Amino acid sequence: MTATRPRRSVRLPRSGRPAPRQRSTPRKRLAPGRPPAPRRRTRRAARAGQYAALLGYLLFLGFPLLWLLSTALKSPRELGSLHPAWIPRDPTPANVRQAFAEQPLAHAALNSLLVALGTAVVAVLIATPMAYVMARHRTRLARAATGWVVVSQAFPFVLVIIPLFLVLKNLRLIDSLLGLTLVYVVWALPFALWMLVGHVRAVPVELEEAAAVDGAGRLRTLVSVTAPLLGPGIAATALFAFVTAWNEFFFALVLLKSPGRQTLPVVLTHFIGAEGVADLGPLAAAAFLATLPSVAVFGILQRRITGGLLAGAVKS
Amino acid sequence: MRTRIATALAVLLLLLAGCSAGGRTGGGPITLRFQSLAWQQESVAATKELVEEWNAAHPDVRVEYVQGSWDGVHDQLLTSFEGGEAPDVIHDASDDLADFAYGGYLADLTDLLPARLRSGIPESSWETATFGDGIYGVPFLQEPRVLIADAGRLRAARVRVPTPDHPWSWAEFRQVAKRLSGPGRYGVAWPLKEPVSATLNLSLSAGGRLFHRGADGRVTVRFGAGDAVVARTIHDQVAVDRSAPASTLGSGGSDTLPGFFGGRYAMVPLGFSYRQQIVQQAPKDFRWTVLPAPAGADGLVQGVSPQTLSVSADCPHKKEAAAFIDFLLRPKNMVRLALGDWMLPTGTQALKDPALHTGKYGWATGTALAARLRPAPAQSVRGYPEWKDKVATPAYQEYYSGAIGLDALRSRLEKDGNLVLARYQR
Repeated sequence: MTATRPRRSVRLPRSGRPAPRQRSTPRKRLAPGRPPAPRRRTRRAARAGQYAALLGYLLFLGFPLLWLLSTALKSPRELGSLHPAWIPRDPTPANVRQAFAEQPLAHAALNSLLVALGTAVVAVLIATPMAYVMARHRTRLARAATGWVVVSQAFPFVLVIIPLFLVLKNLRLIDSLLGLTLVYVVWALPFALWMLVGHVRAVPVELEEAAAVDGAGRLRTLVSVTAPLLGPGIAATALFAFVTAWNEFFFALVLLKSPGRQTLPVVLTHFIGAEGVADLGPLAAAAFLATLPSVAVFGILQRRITGGLLAGAVKS
Repeated sequence: MRTRIATALAVLLLLLAGCSAGGRTGGGPITLRFQSLAWQQESVAATKELVEEWNAAHPDVRVEYVQGSWDGVHDQLLTSFEGGEAPDVIHDASDDLADFAYGGYLADLTDLLPARLRSGIPESSWETATFGDGIYGVPFLQEPRVLIADAGRLRAARVRVPTPDHPWSWAEFRQVAKRLSGPGRYGVAWPLKEPVSATLNLSLSAGGRLFHRGADGRVTVRFGAGDAVVARTIHDQVAVDRSAPASTLGSGGSDTLPGFFGGRYAMVPLGFSYRQQIVQQAPKDFRWTVLPAPAGADGLVQGVSPQTLSVSADCPHKKEAAAFIDFLLRPKNMVRLALGDWMLPTGTQALKDPALHTGKYGWATGTALAARLRPAPAQSVRGYPEWKDKVATPAYQEYYSGAIGLDALRSRLEKDGNLVLARYQR
């Protein structure tokens, strides 16, 4: 195959979907020049309202993170105040220092990063071809597989943990980050697959037909035609797998034994005692730092994701 | 580009594999894994120091310190037991041991513990870790529930300040709470996120037993007059006297502290170890004091579930593990652990340590209660966790909030509760 570019005249925007149709009814023609003053004022007021609503929404979304940051910078005395303030009266880094002094946070973060990255990469590598097959071959088996994927999400952790533990023990993968990564991949795979199937269906099949006309086989079509157009979907799926693995606690608690292999969520619970009593300041400091990698990964992938989340939503 | 991606993947795989478990070394010194649930800075430091001291003195039996977590410890241990990968020495609480002991996951320590340790801890404490004929844990730290009170408010209200020798009765406590109340202020705040254990443990003072074991060994729930005293006091304070807010009934102890420091509540019934948090968080000019919980017909008796050290049934070096526990719980070491956790040691010798008899931070008040501590009523009842979660917790919560009356509470605890317990005693 010499060229993968489709010959058919399907106009594709960057997201890989056909361009929306133009409005057939022309807009009412406006008089040239600036709109009249009352309309300008209305428009400005509407814009201000939109920004105010957006700001409120952002605050609502960011509230837990901001509160965590505020708590992390407060002294124990201020944490015991009846009227908590947003901005700490005497901001102190003592909680951050104490958190790092008491627990191996950096090492645990590295463990979490390895596991989360491994999960994201492997889950995407497995889910992409599977999703392609399930989306393009609408056989009974594919439908049954899709149903099984949805059903498998319903199994609670406690139901599978002991058999899973025994399987991993036989494979000598207990107390191993590799073993934990495999578990996370298996755990994230159904939903990742489900997400990606929608994205694959959103890619016009005509493109693949055009590639086939050019002599491309299934694998070549998937790698060179479909996969590049799945960028947003793959990014969204990778982020989902990353965040799932980054935040997961129970499997990590049960499957990892050595202190040097514990992941961040497990280490965070070391700030919590019996009956839920917590060392709040250091816990908030450590938890705030633990959220940053997720935010960073989201920041890096967000452009692709916003397209990706919508791509599978409607059938084009 | 593809080469770079492939290289990155290979590096990631190598890093993950590099962090995999290594094999056990053969022929070297014995290694025991000790999972500790100590979490406060001082107690973690004390525990680690003791492990280091042991390792320095016993090069042939090395102890590896592993910090566990109270959060999810039961499920974590259960899975580890089932998978044959449990820690050798296990830190837990006595109320979590029943299923492990009856399930055969823990070693019977009866013949493994030295006489010094056996005789150094009172029989009432051993009862908390005795299941059937065996001892499955060494109880070493315990905490009574006490009243943490605003000393200024008590003085201003001119109420009699109780002592372990002259405690308040439950009726007197109710009167005092009323006197300490005013507009926007409450005499007491009950943080009852876990209403069942708090109520049952305090009810021992009034003769409440709730769980009755028959001659055939079967346990049934019977809600008698003694069981109603504490429950009715709390209910009436919230729903009748308005001397306790309903808003804290679902709160944890820590959640009530800002209101306590801010003058909204004059007293808060809390576990003895909460003093550490109070010392950290209380405003500098805030004066607080530790009072004994009210007494009933049986005096100051209350139930506790001590922290325990156990040995896994699968541990191949049980004798060495028991020797390590014995070292960890020598009277001096027990005091270090107790001070680190702001709790009371169970050992009679350790309880004599002067550091535990100082008036500062209410240590003396707590230590005076040690002789009155008994095993929590539900200690060895199989099916208790399900009875607690499905029946008792919602029933007590509804009763305290005024949604149901005492008869309905009794009916639910007994009728529904006995159905649950029966399933575990077939």
